[in-house]
Amino acid sequence: MAGVAHAEPIDAARFFSAAGLVVARSSVVVLLLVGWELFARSGAVTMFVLPPLSAVLERIWIDASGDLWLNVGLTLYRAVVGFLIAAVAGIMLGMAISRSAVARWFFDPIISVGFPMPKIAFLPIVILWLGVYDVSKISMVVFDAIFPVVTATIIGIQGVEKELIWSARNMGASKREVMWQVVLPAALPQILTGLQVALPIALIVAIVAEMAMGGYGLGGAMMTSSRFADSRGVFAALVEIAIVGYVLVKLMAVLRRRLLVWHQEASEPATV
Amino acid sequence: MQLLLRYLPLLLLAMFWEIAARLELVSALALPSLTAVAEAWIELVKDGDLITNGAASLYRAGMGLGLSIVIGAALGIFMAWWRPLNIVLSPLVEIFYPMPKSALIPVTVIWLGFGDGSKILLIFLGCMLPVTIGAFNGARGSDRALVWSARSMGAGRLRMLWDVVVPSAMPEMLNGIRTALALSFILLVSSELIVSQKGFGYLIGFLGASGAYEGMYAVVLTVAFLGFAADRVYQMLMNRVLAWRE
Repeated sequence: MAGVAHAEPIDAARFFSAAGLVVARSSVVVLLLVGWELFARSGAVTMFVLPPLSAVLERIWIDASGDLWLNVGLTLYRAVVGFLIAAVAGIMLGMAISRSAVARWFFDPIISVGFPMPKIAFLPIVILWLGVYDVSKISMVVFDAIFPVVTATIIGIQGVEKELIWSARNMGASKREVMWQVVLPAALPQILTGLQVALPIALIVAIVAEMAMGGYGLGGAMMTSSRFADSRGVFAALVEIAIVGYVLVKLMAVLRRRLLVWHQEASEPATV
Repeated sequence: MQLLLRYLPLLLLAMFWEIAARLELVSALALPSLTAVAEAWIELVKDGDLITNGAASLYRAGMGLGLSIVIGAALGIFMAWWRPLNIVLSPLVEIFYPMPKSALIPVTVIWLGFGDGSKILLIFLGCMLPVTIGAFNGARGSDRALVWSARSMGAGRLRMLWDVVVPSAMPEMLNGIRTALALSFILLVSSELIVSQKGFGYLIGFLGASGAYEGMYAVVLTVAFLGFAADRVYQMLMNRVLAWRE
């Protein structure tokens, strides 16, 4: 207990070294961007192979008064709707598998075979069945993103302490109440980890589907630029996609911390 | 027998597929029967189409993945070992890790064209960070007591890196490589579907465009099976490598 009560005095030297670290870290990013600009202008590579950062930013600026927001919105719509369907369906399926032996018998081999498969290979079949519009893109996202959610839910529910369930049952909670009020919250950290794996997958698949099917959306815009050998457009799309991905992943990490304030871990996994 | 019971649901699905196609519950164009797909598969193997395109794909995936493992693992371990490198690289890793790697497909085409080079570069770039992060977390988590006792017994810095840090980084690094393995298949197939002149993805697109849907299904199932089999084989190898633990 003494260790907890003992507050660390604010050490000036440590504070400055922490501040120095922040400066060092952000200056690395600035250096990378400056390096990009200088390298592209040095003439070592052509403007086609690597357009300078300033030209790419200018292009994004021009996009912003054109289709950029429509493209970002459409890509986010497909990725996020697919992700939400996968999240709800995946958690439901995971709960069903943990509760019923029949569901486990039926779905377990399908999940264990389907998870490691490169499901993106089914894209042409999905196009054949559902066409090239939003339904097929979102279906592809759901198909890919659901697996990590199901497995994480099953593992999470398995790991819930038996004492918790027994005492809830003992105090008169029904099976349904135990599932919703005890088991699911206790499994939440694992489930959120599964969702954190599924979200980038949803974005990757949405973009690949857009690339393959064309039309609006960040992936489609990128392919259009690529067809016209417009390398500035390609790099602009790359930067736009990178920013969208970064923001989504960070938002998810914030959401996790919010949802798990009550839990002792309350910190994001090391990989994000 | 137990194996049969375990995989019975998959068998049931296959039977359901065959019956649905035979009874033409859905159009034969959209869903050719499983037997027709099997025939098309045998035909594709005999032609050599599946073999040559498959070899091209596996070469790309193997090269890209190999590079990403070697360079990614070295990078991760040195980042944990030498703090300045960590300060320089960790913000870059943090920025690039969440980027949807498929966005690099057109970029690598601009850099290296439509052939093998652009796919290998794509797979290398896409698969490197999971390996780096796995190796970094593993090496950083290496037991302080082990490091101290090795040092007190007079191990040199390099000797310690090899004998203590690398083995303790192994489990997490191998997990990172497993993620990379799955990613390599995804990136391979998507890049070949979008721009390519050979490979599994190209063959799928080509057969689909020419209306040979039985063949398309056959190649899709082959790729899906290879991805699954690669993961299973890798898991077996991983368990063997890690057998020294406990």
